[in-house]
Amino acid sequence: MTNGPHGIPPAWVSADEAGPHTPTDTTTDDSAGADDTAILDLVDVGKTYRSGSLEVEALRGVTLRVERGDYLAVMGPSGSGKSTLMHILGCLDVPTTGTYRLAGHDVGAMDEARLAHVRNKEIGFVFQQFNLLPTLSAWRNVELPLVYAGVPAPERKARALEALGRVGLADRVEHRPNELSGGQQQRVSVARALVTAPSLILADEPTGNLDSTSTADVLALLRELHDQGRTIVLITHEHDVAEQAARVARIFDGQLTEGDHEPTLASPGVGSR
Amino acid sequence: MSWWETVRTAYDAIRTRRMRSALTVLGILIGIAAVMLTVGLGQGAQQQVASQIDKLGSNLLVVTPGSTTSFAGLRGGRGSATTLTTGDAAMLADPAIAPDIAAVAPASTSQQSLVANGTNWTTSVVGTTPAWVSVRARSIDQGRFFTATEVTNASPVAVIGATTASQLFGSRSPVGSTVGVGGVQFTIIGLLNTEGSTIGGDQDDQLVIPSTTFANDFGNGSGASVSTIYVEGKSADTLSAAYQETSNALLSTHGVSANSADFTVSSQASLVQTATSTAHILTVLLGGIAAISLLVGGIGVMNIMLVSVTERIREIGLRKALGATPSVILRQFLVEASMLGLVGGVLGLALGFVGALTLPSILGQPVSMSMLAAGLALVVSLVIGVVAGVYPASRAARLAPIDALRSE
Ligand SMILES: Nc1ncnc2c1ncn2[C@@H]1O[C@H](COP(=O)(O)OP(=O)(O)O)[C@@H](O)[C@H]1O
Ligand SMILES: [Mg+2]
Repeated sequence: MTNGPHGIPPAWVSADEAGPHTPTDTTTDDSAGADDTAILDLVDVGKTYRSGSLEVEALRGVTLRVERGDYLAVMGPSGSGKSTLMHILGCLDVPTTGTYRLAGHDVGAMDEARLAHVRNKEIGFVFQQFNLLPTLSAWRNVELPLVYAGVPAPERKARALEALGRVGLADRVEHRPNELSGGQQQRVSVARALVTAPSLILADEPTGNLDSTSTADVLALLRELHDQGRTIVLITHEHDVAEQAARVARIFDGQLTEGDHEPTLASPGVGSR
Repeated sequence: MSWWETVRTAYDAIRTRRMRSALTVLGILIGIAAVMLTVGLGQGAQQQVASQIDKLGSNLLVVTPGSTTSFAGLRGGRGSATTLTTGDAAMLADPAIAPDIAAVAPASTSQQSLVANGTNWTTSVVGTTPAWVSVRARSIDQGRFFTATEVTNASPVAVIGATTASQLFGSRSPVGSTVGVGGVQFTIIGLLNTEGSTIGGDQDDQLVIPSTTFANDFGNGSGASVSTIYVEGKSADTLSAAYQETSNALLSTHGVSANSADFTVSSQASLVQTATSTAHILTVLLGGIAAISLLVGGIGVMNIMLVSVTERIREIGLRKALGATPSVILRQFLVEASMLGLVGGVLGLALGFVGALTLPSILGQPVSMSMLAAGLALVVSLVIGVVAGVYPASRAARLAPIDALRSE
């Protein structure tokens, strides 16, 4: 992605969708929703893990559409398949059955190098375990996606520092992860997720390891990114976290029970339990 | 990801695991230094032998009694058989029989105790003719060599080597003094130039006397027999003709066929070849053992890279999630492995050069080091790194990003 500073939408987001808008905008705007505008489009996706004779159906019959600029929370108990779903959405894994189209492109048809390219350009990850490299300073961690994008070094550093500034860590850029608190580490990984200005941000229980203050910080950052037009999929098992999203899908035992392929969920389905 | 970026990442990874990287590098370092030093020692020995043989003179043929053509056989035959005579030498000196031969010197050798000045010294006494000086490419420092007349008359005159002279006379000039050999008094008429050691022993420690005098006083009864005939060819170009003439003339006078020849003709080249081939076998053997240590070093690199891949499985997964393609990961681990190899190679090279400078004074053996060997050592260490890295790197590259991320 050759976008300069944050907030400039990627090429595949049309101008009228790129501006800041509220979740309500999203849920009412695109009821017309032509197929090719959906950024995520899963049809009858299944994922079976096979270890020896043991088979685990982690996902079954998952059909899901996420429009650009949407903010979707996926809720479910532990072991329900949330992470599996995120790995598939993030092109880290491929479905066993069904089709997954990312911005209209069939992910199943892509090879490893192509998938790596897509992850690099279009997706920003925020993991529960932070997944920062312990030997690198904060800004070196943040610049990593830009290294693989082939961005020249001076520009990388400038963009990494700017991203760290956005998450409020301008004074911690030279710190190693073990010199930062959990909340600060997660903010570094949010900076890393947004530094390439991806259109999609996938967060797998990003607040799972954080205290309430840090949780609020990270959620505020995600909301800000959403307001700038990014599509966000947030995975969590906490209600108050899910409340942040424009809409909520529930997953249980590998099956997505809410937030079906109806793109316009009337209300942000939070706190329904 | 640029090459520079890859190298920096690899360097970071190596630096982070300092101790382990240092031990891995040590394996390559020792291997490279061992190979360089053993091969250097072997080549030094080869060059030493070759340069000693060179001193014999390039147009020289050496005829010795004995029927084998091998170097060992030649040595075994020397002095033990008595098939060569002064007559053979005289015949070879005839230009009508051997037109490509410039000069011929028969020589017999005997270990004798020399007495002069109240001092004893045991050395080899050589009985020969005046042609010996030119055939053996020697010169006279003081006095003169003996003449043909003195040979005919079996005069008790001697020419002395520099080492022998200093043992018997100290720094005093030996010319004009007498030396007693087996009860016979010899007048020293000349002092040989210093020559150093050759394949035949210390050329400065000997006493050279007329062949006739030798036969009278130290001969084994068959007065005409000699232990060696030195033949000097007219030029290096016609040496093979001189070789044929020598061989054919001796075969016909001895009345034997080539298969049952009772003598051996060796050229300087053939002496160099047999002597250096012995040194060469030694070099290959020692070098082979050293190469095995280098191989072990390479296995060490592979082992450490495999451990590294297993240990960094999460890092690999994360890098892939952030956009590293399999080929970028492959390259990163290959570069890391080859950097370990190359650093080991450079340090091993340095150790090799230090060894090449210090070992000769400790072992008394020359160590030959060439830029070619140095360059080769670097290339080999790099190749070892790459080869050792291929398997671990391809494992890292093949890791599914998700399996790598999930592992905890
Ligand atoms: N690599 C795997 N091999 C086998 N089973 C797996 C693997 N990954 C996940 N699973 C199983 O798939 C199910 C869903 O896992 P996951 O998506 O991690 O759940 P969640 O993130 O909702 O806790 C679980 O039963 C889990 O044990
Ligand atoms: Mg999970």
